[in-house]
Amino acid sequence: MTKQNILLVAIFGLFLTSCGSGGGSGRQPSGEIHIDGSSTVYPITEAIAEEFRLVAPKTRVTVGISGTGGGFQKFLRGSTDINNASREIKSSEVELAEKNGVDYVRLSVAYDGLAVVVHPKNDWANHLTAEELRLMWEPAAQGTVTRWNQIRAEWPDEELHLFGPGVASGTYDYFTEAIVGESGSSRGDFTASEDDNVLVQGVSTDPYALGFFGLAYFEENRDRLKLVGVDGGDGTPVKPSIETVSNGTYTPLSRPIFIYVSADAVQKEAVREFVTFYLEQAPQLVKEIGYVPMPDSAYKNQLDKFEAFYRASGPVSQN
Amino acid sequence: MNSRVAHRYDDQLFRGMGVTATVSCLAILIIFIGFILYQGMDRLSWEFMTSLPSRFAERSGIYTAWAGTLWVMVCTTLISFPVGVGAGIYLEEYGKKGRLSTLLEINIANLAGVPSIIYGLLGLEVFVRFMKMGSSILAGALTLSLLILPIIIVATREAVRAVPKTIKEASFALGASKWQTIWNQTLPASFGGILTGVILAISRAVGETAPLIVIGALAYVPFAPSGPLDEFTVLPIQIFNWVSRPQHEFVINAAAAIIVLLLITFVLNGVAVYLRYRWQQKLKW
Repeated sequence: MTKQNILLVAIFGLFLTSCGSGGGSGRQPSGEIHIDGSSTVYPITEAIAEEFRLVAPKTRVTVGISGTGGGFQKFLRGSTDINNASREIKSSEVELAEKNGVDYVRLSVAYDGLAVVVHPKNDWANHLTAEELRLMWEPAAQGTVTRWNQIRAEWPDEELHLFGPGVASGTYDYFTEAIVGESGSSRGDFTASEDDNVLVQGVSTDPYALGFFGLAYFEENRDRLKLVGVDGGDGTPVKPSIETVSNGTYTPLSRPIFIYVSADAVQKEAVREFVTFYLEQAPQLVKEIGYVPMPDSAYKNQLDKFEAFYRASGPVSQN
Repeated sequence: MNSRVAHRYDDQLFRGMGVTATVSCLAILIIFIGFILYQGMDRLSWEFMTSLPSRFAERSGIYTAWAGTLWVMVCTTLISFPVGVGAGIYLEEYGKKGRLSTLLEINIANLAGVPSIIYGLLGLEVFVRFMKMGSSILAGALTLSLLILPIIIVATREAVRAVPKTIKEASFALGASKWQTIWNQTLPASFGGILTGVILAISRAVGETAPLIVIGALAYVPFAPSGPLDEFTVLPIQIFNWVSRPQHEFVINAAAAIIVLLLITFVLNGVAVYLRYRWQQKLKW
């Protein structure tokens, strides 16, 4: 084979492959769906994208992990179709949306419970009230609340070691909002890590530690940690579990997590199909990943909400 | 007599400290690599190299991640090599020594110490938004090129400076122009050193995560890139993503991916050592 022949074959091959990707079969939605945002929501969206690939192999779904805030910066500039969000959109982000003329819909896709945990050898702290948690974590506690017997007098006179997610995470924002009353406000003298597995490691090796993180991290490390019940104010401490998080009795440390879909994106058939598929498959897939699914009726509600949204978002091509 | 004993004692002490430092460095490296190999070796398979990411740890693979890493590396090399080496030669051979060149030198040295995430932010504004490249391989490669350019420039200058002055003067004496001298004498003599610097810089870029996450590199990409304007993910991002998952099986996947990343780095470093050796053998004045 001469050099020229090889070149010819190569060009022909290239031509063939480009034809292959260009000609769609018509029925299946093709196109690209760009998703970015929270790394907390990422595992769910990844699972949905993986399954969606089986029913719509022509659609290219990509998912990033820029964080809820970083994701919104792209979403509100119109460079992504869907944003994974572990919190609601902030007022400053709403302003940006109005300025850029981006209309969107918020859809809840699952619940995330925050587990408060201690070392398994800790035999005194079986439950805490939200008030006691506030006492431990509020900014005024810095340097003053440092021993277990300051929370309850009968508890040991030992140092209290606190572990929590880093201040840039949505989990930290949510915990401080639910417990301290103001998002992002807490004492600064606790051991923080962006990697929840580091927190698991910290609490499981320190008998005087207390920490909080996503319920899934407790579920995977049950034998190394002890779960603490939380009393939201009605006098009955509740431990987080799939049941108590999804039926709303575990308060205040459970929250819904969301996807935001823009009005421009729903003009694309692929995005409409993907989001519908998302809400239909979520009850099953969410559980597989270790998150807490919402009741079936709630998914139905979100589906109705989404359909109403894309009907209202102007001309939608018939399919 | 006494002072001699004391000196000998000092000598022993310093020797002991040196040995301890070396051994502890090596021990940490060996423990780390051993642990990673122990955790991830069983997971390494052809299937792991050719599968897409999945919610099931045992089904996920790193196909798109290593393909992305390869694309980014090749593009970064193509961009940073000519620019970095060109700048290094200019500064060493043509640039006039003066206030301006001192200023340039200080700035290049400073740039080498700027945290990589800053380059990510610069890349996001300039390449992704202003030049409208999107979160593409090209934008990622340009960002990483900025990151490693100072290293390449410094390495090039060191290598060029190490060429004996007598060689250049002999070349000029035979009537060669400045360009002919650089092309025929200086560059061949210093190329081993330059290549070593470039390859070490590239192997640093291979492990970068932060700047690529900032410019919007993805985590889940179900297709290998087919051109420099495609979206992409890289091995370090996949590792970072897996390590932070609650399920232990993903940590094993991360260990296996780390082995692949380490292999890439070792191969690159090996090539650097080999090239330097070859060039030193070839050099005969």
